[in-house]
Amino acid sequence: MSSEKRVVFRATWLPWLLIAPQAAVVAVFFFWPAGQALLQSLQQSDAFGTSVEWVGLENFQHLWNDASYWASFQTTAVFSVLVAGLGLSISLCLAYFADRVVRGTSIYRTLLIWPYAVAPAVAGVVWLFLFSPSIGVVAYGLHHIGFEWDSLLNSHHAMALIVMAAVWKQLSYNFLFFLAGFQSIPKSLIEAAAIDGAGPWRRFWTIQFPLLSPTSFFLLITNITYAFFDTFGIVDAATKGGPGKDTAIMVYKVYFDGFKAMDLGGSAAQSVVLMAIVIVLTVVQFRFVEKKVNY
Amino acid sequence: MIERNRFMDVLAHTVLILGVMVVAFPVYLTFVASTHTAQEVVQVPMPLWPGEHLLDNYKTALFGDAAKQVSDMAVAHMMWVSLVSALCIAIGKISISLLSAFAIVYFRFPFRMAFFWAVFLTLMLPVEVRIGPTYQVVSDLGMLNTYAGLSVPLIASATATFLFRQFFMTLPDELVEAARMDGAGPMRFFKDMLLPLSTTSMAALFVIQFIYGWNQYLWPLLVTTQENMYPVVVGIKSMIPSGGDAQTEWNLVMATAMLAMIPPALVVMLMQKWFVKGLVDSDK
Repeated sequence: MSSEKRVVFRATWLPWLLIAPQAAVVAVFFFWPAGQALLQSLQQSDAFGTSVEWVGLENFQHLWNDASYWASFQTTAVFSVLVAGLGLSISLCLAYFADRVVRGTSIYRTLLIWPYAVAPAVAGVVWLFLFSPSIGVVAYGLHHIGFEWDSLLNSHHAMALIVMAAVWKQLSYNFLFFLAGFQSIPKSLIEAAAIDGAGPWRRFWTIQFPLLSPTSFFLLITNITYAFFDTFGIVDAATKGGPGKDTAIMVYKVYFDGFKAMDLGGSAAQSVVLMAIVIVLTVVQFRFVEKKVNY
Repeated sequence: MIERNRFMDVLAHTVLILGVMVVAFPVYLTFVASTHTAQEVVQVPMPLWPGEHLLDNYKTALFGDAAKQVSDMAVAHMMWVSLVSALCIAIGKISISLLSAFAIVYFRFPFRMAFFWAVFLTLMLPVEVRIGPTYQVVSDLGMLNTYAGLSVPLIASATATFLFRQFFMTLPDELVEAARMDGAGPMRFFKDMLLPLSTTSMAALFVIQFIYGWNQYLWPLLVTTQENMYPVVVGIKSMIPSGGDAQTEWNLVMATAMLAMIPPALVVMLMQKWFVKGLVDSDK
């Protein structure tokens, strides 16, 4: 933020007019609601919203002692680790080969990036259809090779389903960044190593993978953010948080408790916890970006 | 190419082709299912080749079926809602951010940096984490079931402002000097210099924000209670009754899924250059 324009325009009211639309939107739809969330997290209201009382940190204490909240925390952790881990390794592998082929890199890129455009909820519907225990083609195929798939009753299967859908959708994003990362590594480094007799496997682990670490770290953070916040549609469409509450990730629980169970205080407290998580993730990401500039 | 290695070349293409196939497989089956009758789709296993009901299904999905009152929500209308709100979000975000970035970079005024950091904070709180109170605000303003309610709360975001600020900072100061020497005022400078210079950034941002807007799910789910304001992404979900597979007209659901995917997928593939630029820029 150190750099500033030396030459500027002089005007008194014009800049205010220019920032007015953004300021209004941010104030009304952002700061006001965020403030309300903070307030509500300290309040308890009944289901009809007729009476409100201050309860201090009681909502947070409830969360702390609520086994179902910890369960959803755990579900989210497992989910995001799986999504980030699988998504990153698969796309790293694809990007490695796409960078390697002499011809066709851009064709493969075109064919691999479009899932980015698919809405999470639509992805959830499509994967639900493929893996539906009664009519899904893949479920049928699995049945044939002796695997009884039932994402409606088996929570591990349900988790596998949303992980697959989430990884599938995020693959293109990771792939693009990894491919750009591979392409930015100077070819001379690889050539020098090849002349010294290092094979592809060795070169990957000693040169390319370390040089990709900034990209990988960046993608790790964005994938965790994605798994936490952008996968609501997948979960709602594919499993509705079920069976039971076994795939109810935290964002889903905020929605469910706030809008279905009408527990506003509890939902707001959960929102505040989520805000804290995003803030930590964003700070980590920005810290890292600062470093990347010097890299 | 570093060395000749037949094995690695074959392996590379095999892995990539496999990858492309696995990625495309769900959508291929979606397409196949959208070309059969509902009865054929729920057969186990469903046919793996496209059937003959492509036109019928898409017509029924798009314009509704007058004979059966089962899925009377026409997808054509939902797609219109999606299109309008996605355009409002993309254009709204770009315009308010252009203006405020211009103000931040080219003027000195009190609380300038405070405003900048206030906008920056919005980066940290995606709509998902503040749905409850934001919903109340929108409902108090009477914006439920309106295009404004669908789009305006989502244009409160910092990414675009950041991007334009970053871009304006890279422009040489001589531009302003030249403009001032020629007697151009700030708005003239904005219109005749900044806007033309920003078109690439605007296009890149537009692609990303259009897809973002089109794919919104949680927010429209909350602020729309009337079926005639459902965007297609919400509408498709409501076509699957919670009862189970038997009542679902999967062929129509899958036709709708195809229709919901096509516009953003086309935008990504046709505007690939800007899409990639937009992704890379907006995630810095």
